[in-house]
This record gives sequence, C-alpha cells and structure tokens, in this order.
Amino acid sequence: MTATISFQLNGERVRLKADENRKLLWVLRTELEQTGTKYGCGRGSCGACVVLVNDSPIRSCMARVGSVRGKEVVTIEGLAKGGELHPLQKAFMEHDALQCGFCTPGMILSAYGLLRSTREPSREEIAKGMDPNLCRCGAHTRIIDAIEAAAAELRNGKRTT
Amino acid sequence: MSSSDEHTLGSLESEPARVAQAQPHSRREFLERFGGGIAIFVTFGGKLGLLDQAEAQGPHRGQSGVPTDFNAFVRIAEDGRVTCLTGKIEMGQGPITSLAQTMADELDVPFEMVDMVMGDTDLCPWDRGTWGSLTTRAFGPVLRAAAAEARGVLLELASQQLSVPVSQLEAKDGVIFDQTNKQKQVTYGELAKGKPIARHLTVKPELKDVSQFRIMGQPKLRRDSFEKVTGKAKYAADIRLPGMLYAKILRPPGHGAKLKKVDTSGARKVDGVRLVEAGDLIAVLHELPDVAQGALGQIKANFDVPDATVTDENIHEHLLRVAPKGDVTAKAGNVDKGRKLASRTIETRFFDGYVAHAPIETHAALAQIEGGKCTVWASTQNPFGARDKIARAIGFSPDKVRVITPFVGGAFGGKTSNVQAVEAARLAQAVGRPVQVMRTREEEFFYDTFRPAAVVDIRSGIDGSGRMTFWDYEVLFAGQRGAEHFYEIPNHRTTVRPSGWSGGSHPFATGAWRAPANNTNTFARESQINAMAAAAGADAIEFRLKHLGDPRMLRVLKTAAQRFDWTPAATPSKRGFGVACGIDAGTYVAAIAEVAVDARSGEVEVKRVLCAQEMGIVVNPQGATIQMEGCVTMGLGYALSEEVHFRGGQILDTNFHRYEIPRFSGLPKIETLLVEANDIPPQGGGEPAIVVMGAVIANAIHDATGARLKRMPMTPGRVKAAMQEA
Repeated sequence: MTATISFQLNGERVRLKADENRKLLWVLRTELEQTGTKYGCGRGSCGACVVLVNDSPIRSCMARVGSVRGKEVVTIEGLAKGGELHPLQKAFMEHDALQCGFCTPGMILSAYGLLRSTREPSREEIAKGMDPNLCRCGAHTRIIDAIEAAAAELRNGKRTT
Repeated sequence: MSSSDEHTLGSLESEPARVAQAQPHSRREFLERFGGGIAIFVTFGGKLGLLDQAEAQGPHRGQSGVPTDFNAFVRIAEDGRVTCLTGKIEMGQGPITSLAQTMADELDVPFEMVDMVMGDTDLCPWDRGTWGSLTTRAFGPVLRAAAAEARGVLLELASQQLSVPVSQLEAKDGVIFDQTNKQKQVTYGELAKGKPIARHLTVKPELKDVSQFRIMGQPKLRRDSFEKVTGKAKYAADIRLPGMLYAKILRPPGHGAKLKKVDTSGARKVDGVRLVEAGDLIAVLHELPDVAQGALGQIKANFDVPDATVTDENIHEHLLRVAPKGDVTAKAGNVDKGRKLASRTIETRFFDGYVAHAPIETHAALAQIEGGKCTVWASTQNPFGARDKIARAIGFSPDKVRVITPFVGGAFGGKTSNVQAVEAARLAQAVGRPVQVMRTREEEFFYDTFRPAAVVDIRSGIDGSGRMTFWDYEVLFAGQRGAEHFYEIPNHRTTVRPSGWSGGSHPFATGAWRAPANNTNTFARESQINAMAAAAGADAIEFRLKHLGDPRMLRVLKTAAQRFDWTPAATPSKRGFGVACGIDAGTYVAAIAEVAVDARSGEVEVKRVLCAQEMGIVVNPQGATIQMEGCVTMGLGYALSEEVHFRGGQILDTNFHRYEIPRFSGLPKIETLLVEANDIPPQGGGEPAIVVMGAVIANAIHDATGARLKRMPMTPGRVKAAMQEA
C-alpha cells in the first residue's frame, strides 16, 4: 500500500511516497540513489545488500521499506563521519581486503554489527560471524585480518562505533 | 581533453550524461580532442614483434580482426599527469594498479601521477578482451614500449629546451635535469605544453632492465579501494540517467524451451508499466526495478519444454557417447612399447561436473540512444566485443556504439558474451528511453556459461625401478589447456577430444572459467601421478622430482617442499598431505595441502594450503599474492562443493542457498610464496594458482585415507563412497 514513509538516512531525514511492502534495497538504490547497497541474490543468501538499521545490520533485500519508518538507516555511503573513514573502511584499504569490491559494502556493514556485539573477537568468531556473507574473489583471509585490525583500533578508543 | 570529461576508473564522480557524449574514433580525430600534450601510440605485432603469441589465444567470439592502427595509448598532459588508456578492464584482478606501476616506472613519473582509463571503446584503443591472464604478460610489454617511447620524446624535447645533449640528461619523478647541473631542469608538464605532439612508435624502444625498476616489483596496495569501501565505486547497475527504465525479461523455464502462448494483459495493468514484445524479447519496463519484476510475474506464458534426457547424474555417459574423435596434441616414443615395459599399469577415468562463475555482481547494462549514438555501460570482460555485437543487433555501425566499462564485480571468464548489453540496447531502441537490464541471481545461474563437465582417461605405468614408462592421456570436453604433462616419460601421448565449448553436446552454454580446461586437466594428471607414486611405494614429492626435468618446475616444487617442512614418506602416509604441480599462463605452480577426513561423514577439513609460484618478473608482488590467495580460496569451491545440478535444460541451482561457494568458516591457513625469477619476462597471475586445487586436495585425501577420489567436487558422499571402495 502506498504511504508516506519517513526515516533517517545517513543522518538526514528522508520522506518518500512508496508502497511500504517494497523492499528497502530497491528504494535505496532507485529513488534514494544509494547505489553502494548491492543486489547479489535477492533472498538474503549473500549479504551484499546489508545496511544498518538503528545500528544493526539487516539484509535490505528482505526488509520492507515500511519497516524502517522512524528509524535510522545507514548505508556504506554514510559510514564515514565528518570526512573520516570508519576504522573498518581504513582497515579494509590497508589490508587490501577486497578485489572486485562488490561484496565490500555488505562486508563492512556486517563486520560493523559483529564488532558491536563482540568487541574482541577471535579469528574463529570473525569467520563464524561473517559466514553468511559471500565473496567470490577469495578475499576472505584479508577480510578477517582487516576486521581484527579494526577491532583493535576501536578498542583503543579512537572511535566507539 | 579536460579532466572533467574523462571517464577514469579512479574517479567515477563524473556525470554519466557528460561521459556519454559522442567520441571520435580515428587516431587523427582522437588527437583533435586534446588541446595539448604528448600522445604516444603503439601497435601490436608487425615488425616491432611486441605481440606476444599468447594474445592470439582465448575466445575470439564476435571479434573483428586486429586493427592496423594502435593498441596502446599514453598521454602526458600539460599539468604533468600521465593517462594510460587501455581496453583492458578492472574486475578485481588488479590491473588498475599494476598497469599504472608499469607505466610510472618506464616513464619515470611518480606512481601517483598516473591515471588509468579502462574499457571505454571511444577513448581506449581496441583490445580483444581481459582474460587468459594476458594483461601483464602480453599487454604489459606494449605499454612499457609506449612509456619508454614517451620518455624518449620528453628527453628530446628537454634537450632542445635546455640546450643539453640527451646523453647528459636524466629523468626522475617527472622531471628531466642536466646531470652536470641539477638546477637546469624541466618538468614533463612544461614540456607537454603547447602544440600537441603525436608519435607513432616505429622502432622498438629500449626497455628498462629489472635492476633499474623502482616502482615495478614493489608491493602496491590497490588504487581503487577508497571508492570501493565508501560505496562511490560505480558498477554497471549503479549508473543512473534521467528518464531511465528498468527492464525485466520473460525467461524460459529451461534451455531449449519454446514459447507457445503468452498473455501479457496482467502485466499491462500495472501502473506505469511499458511492455516490449519484439519477437524473442518480451520485457516489462518500469521506473522502479522491483515493480517491473512484480509485473513480469503477472505475465502468463506457456512453454514447450523438451523432455529431460540428461541430468547431472548421467551427463558423463552422454558426453562419452557424443564425443567426436580427438587430436593428438603431444606425443613422443611409442605408447604401446612403453606399456610393455611397465610392470604396473594403472587406468583411471576422472570426472568433472559443471561449475558456475557466480560473480557477486550479476550481469548488468544500461543503454542510452541519443542523436544516433548508442552508449552502453556494461559489466563485461570485452567491451569491444560488446560494441560489435550491440551494433549488429540494433543496426548501427560500430563507431556509433560506445561501450563504457565501469568497475566489474567479478567475472572469472563469465562476462564475455554480452547478452545483457544487447538486450538493454534493443530495449532502449524500442522505447526511446535509457534502459537498464540487470540479471536476477536466478537468471545469472540460468544463463551462465558453465565450466564444461568433462571426462579424462589416463593409462600409465611404471617399471620395476619405479620409473614411468608410458603415459596415455585423453581428455573429453574440458579442452587443451593444461592437458600436456611436463614430466619425463619416454613414451607418451595426449589426445584432446574436442577442445571447443560449443557444438551442442551440453544441455546449455559452457565457456571459459578461470584457467579454462586446466583445472580439470591438472586434477586428473596430478591425481594419476600420485597414484603412480603410491604404486611405486614412493614419496609423492620425490616421485615427481625423479620425473621432472624442467628447471622451473623443479625449483618451484623444491621451494614449496622446503617451506612446508616436508619429510618424505611413502604415500599414503596417513598424514593427510597432498601435493600437486601445474603450469598455466606461463606460470609454474606447486601446492601442498594438509587435510583431515572425518571417516564417518566423509567431510574433508582442509587445514593448510601452501602455494609456491614462479611467474617470471613480478610487477606487483602484493597483487600477485592476492591473486594466489583468491585462486586457492576459489579453488576450494570447485574441489569440494561446487557443482551445477540440472535436469535437461532446467538449472536446479537457482541461487546461493543451493550452489555452495567457499565461505569464511572452514578456510585453511593459506601460505603463498613467490619464487623469484627476474630473468624471465612477466607471466600470468590471475589464474595459475587455481589449477592445482582439485588434485592437491584429492591427493591429500588419498594420503590420509588411501581412497582415490576420481570425481570433482569431492563431496562428503563421494569421499565416503571412495573410502568404502578403497
């Protein structure tokens, strides 16, 4: 059903008219032009479409846009704050934790959620936490390295989230 | 050319509409675009002999001949920035970094001063396609020649300007100075000011020796990671144009199905929908992609589906039945004589199934037709092939079609047929608005050009001293790459039946898949070599060393064994150690793996993979290492879990919940090792390390359990079955 839906997107209030049953992924990518959020499978099987809703990662290909009404949505475009990259973004760059880069936004935002719940994850915990995210280029080992490094930086208190 | 209308991969901020303006084509027209600066053109082949034989390999689908004009193009702008324009594309494998290193080093400019413009058919010189691990080994020398020539031109200009003979000048970091008086200097940018200078290379310039490299050989981080971690990197489906529509196309339920009856009335009722019915192309278009997808579901279509005769269960029997006679591609001695000399003969039939490319980015394209010019942004490995195919489909001449390749989200050989780009162009032509076609994951699996299922028959034998006396190898359907062995066997023969991917033998399309043919061939060959070693009661590495004469392979294998801390033991040793060697794209690979096998479930845990590689001169050791890691990781998939299930032309693996690619958990410790060989020109890097992954795991399973796996993927069920047989 078409309705007016308002929510925070990357720190700014958005209001749009849309069928609230439409999936958040398509609204983000089309009307809101946040194309950093990727389509990979459309059924929650790959993690390329992960965004943060109220600071928790969700699969935007499965979420109705109506479900984020009044909430705060952060896509990869909104993760850097005040021109400063998030420690995860920096760590992915420093570790070359990507090749084609298509799964990267979902990887980073999923890792964000992982580090919120586990401040000092072991490599095994990172692997387990990231398991639902698919990468075809085989950057896995470096992604684990990057998440480990970002976790350490976050613990050192430079940035809390 | 001002920087604002360049479509550089490094800065994809530019408006698509601005990028889309018509571009000229001939070299003369090319130059007219530049207000000033220096342009250098290089032609492949001919008397310069720059064209590596390897460039002639690979799929040639729909390609025109190699043009007599130029193939590499370098421009030095008045601000001193260097632009390298290449038809190669960036799909994650890293040429955006390594080609810039190559250019910077040979031209003596800082690495940061080089901009890459890739895969734009109006701006970049013609290229066959990005595949075959050819970018560094075949295109690299051409680019180096262009850079060296540009450097020569700059030295001549500096000599005139400074009134100093060239021999007394030195170039460094984009500045040329008088060696006797360093105050006397001029920058590249200053030299490039004024009238445009175009040079067409006629004499092969002298390239730097490895000892002179300052940027090549240094490990460099990717140059595109900032865009990729911030969501700024644009892929084909991320381009937006005013008025664009998203198209969803009616697809058959299986390959070979024929449309009998279609009722589109349901879809037409959806608000804002446009329908295109153009023969075989029935599409629903809408301003919102998900609404288009929903409307597509309202189409009622009846298809005639042919009876399924082949399935993933009986495909090999089918292939054995229909395989045509083959060609002997290598032979020596007399196989029959060798067989008589053998005291122990082993015959093995190996099987490989269909494997999907499954890049996380599905095929996508956006097409716009404006003022008689068609511009298509496409995820493709061969933009020029796409251009020609689009031109034919919409009745344009190729110079009225421009294909722009944004970042490609993985390809692995699967993005070469450009069907989605043609569909987008046809639909844009039909509706008079820009149209995006992006495949769903289900379409991606359905239309993938799978790595072909294959059968390999090997007969080989050893004599009483444990030496191989003969080797009779026959491969069906995989292809020739990697079929010929590299061991010293006096009597041998290699037969390839047939090496093509088409021909109607498969129930759907097949094609090149990262290191085509070589994965299947190396699995079979190295498994059989290990079986021979076991028959001889020998250690798997010592047996290989005893039969190797090629110094490159000897060195790689010895280095791997040493780094692994290998201690010889007759295989199977119960340790779960496997070894495999392979050659691909001119690069030598040896891998050693350690596995543990759960006897009850048949589950294989890969604990450790060490991979050593000798690839000649290494341009970017960081990039090369990452490609090896990617190969090892991706290779675990085809070795252990990846197989396309199908019933006739119906693909049963429709999405990632059914088709299992490698994940984070359960990955082994991966160690990589680059064996230095600066006396050998750069060889391929994107594919070689993947070829050994099937055999290294099969051999480790055998070493652990005594069971010989003859079919990939080595699923728990197959491992258990093999263990019961052993």
